[in-house]
Amino acid sequence: MLIDWFTVAAQVVNFLILVWLLKRFLYRPILNAIDAREQRIAAALADAEAKKIEAEQERTTFSQKNQSLDQERAALMSQATAEANTERLRLLDEARQESTNLRARLQESLNIEQRSLNEALARRVLDEVLAIARKALGDLAETTLEERMVEVFLRRLPALDRQAKETLAKALKTQSDPALVRSAFALSNEQCRAIQTAVNETFSAEIPLRFEIVPALISGIELTTNGQKLAWSIADYLGSLENAINDLPKTQSEPETRQGADV
Amino acid sequence: MHLSPDEIIFWQYGFIKLNVTIVTTWGLMGVLVIAAKLLTRERSTVLERSRWQNLLEIIVTGINQQISEVGLQQPQKYLGFLGSLFLFIATASLFTIVPGYDPPTGSLSTTTALAICVFVAVPLFGIQDQGLAGYLKEYLKPTVIMLPFNIISELSRTLALAVRLFGNMMSGTMIIAILLTITPFIFPIALSVLGLLTGMVQAYIFSILAAVYIAAATRARQPAPE
Repeated sequence: MLIDWFTVAAQVVNFLILVWLLKRFLYRPILNAIDAREQRIAAALADAEAKKIEAEQERTTFSQKNQSLDQERAALMSQATAEANTERLRLLDEARQESTNLRARLQESLNIEQRSLNEALARRVLDEVLAIARKALGDLAETTLEERMVEVFLRRLPALDRQAKETLAKALKTQSDPALVRSAFALSNEQCRAIQTAVNETFSAEIPLRFEIVPALISGIELTTNGQKLAWSIADYLGSLENAINDLPKTQSEPETRQGADV
Repeated sequence: MHLSPDEIIFWQYGFIKLNVTIVTTWGLMGVLVIAAKLLTRERSTVLERSRWQNLLEIIVTGINQQISEVGLQQPQKYLGFLGSLFLFIATASLFTIVPGYDPPTGSLSTTTALAICVFVAVPLFGIQDQGLAGYLKEYLKPTVIMLPFNIISELSRTLALAVRLFGNMMSGTMIIAILLTITPFIFPIALSVLGLLTGMVQAYIFSILAAVYIAAATRARQPAPE
């Protein structure tokens, strides 16, 4: 008989014991270890997932912040550019204005300089002309001319207007000293007498006269009394000419100044 | 020349006896339990673990996977029984490489004991799963006429389990023994290697068949896999 029933029973018991022992010492510890590991892995994966989500949120936040920063920067840049352009235009305007002012001032100073140069030149020319005229007229002046002067004087004396004549008459009457007659050359006795006669006739009174020679008159004759003067001389003409020329730049400078301001 | 290791008896008192089969079984049980105890002593729950623990995990998860592939939905419930069957038979076959070793599975008593265990376990798992009535109804399917055939099938497959394993293991040992007397060199080693392979295949077949029987008994409630 191949089957020994005691052995069969013993093997059944042995096998059941083996099942229990292996459950106790093999399957349970191993399965527990695997379960624990799976839980750890699941926890790690969940943690990683949570971290991933968090990182994603962080990334989104960062991206939004970055975007807003970019926009802000662009806005600031455009604002700064606009301000810089405005400032540039303002500075350009200022510089243009400044340059215009400087040019105007330069023009003005140039004008002034030119004017003063002109004036100096005119003065010099005038002086030269006057000096030449004086010299020429002085060279030309002689007794004959003096005679003509006296004649003219004598002709003009009676032709004086009434007011001048009255003023001069009053002065001559209130004058205690003789009236002064000045000439560039010595007058002859006839001429002296003719003058005395003309004066007496003109003012209808006996007017004492005193004759004096003054070469500075160049040529001519003048009657002076008590602050009043009746004269006809080349020196007077030249003085009038000089005054007229001196007044000339003043009348010319006004239109020039207006013209300079328009530039 | 022994046909069965049952015949070598160390000690006997009445019908109680201590033969090679029982002693070898104890030895194998000791080896299995001590190895399991030692290898799971420093078990790790983190990703890094020892190679021995890795080996045990591969074995246990492999058995688990095989059980679930058969169609049992909660493999851990059956792991203790089916895993122990496989490990015991495989270890018994593995030790055939040790000279002078007689595998306990080469004894018809042991294979009968294991077959009886399966014979008892199948209805137990079936009743646990679908209740006594539900399990007994299985014998009446598809018709009542099939009841005796179902019972015969139950008995015959138990007998087949026992005899298949016994025949394979015993024949392997017998062939090696015979070959040793004829050609003591080379051939016994080749046959021993072949026997090792056969033993492993038999361990797998025995466990898988047990799993299939249990699955058949518990399947009523499970929807058929699509």
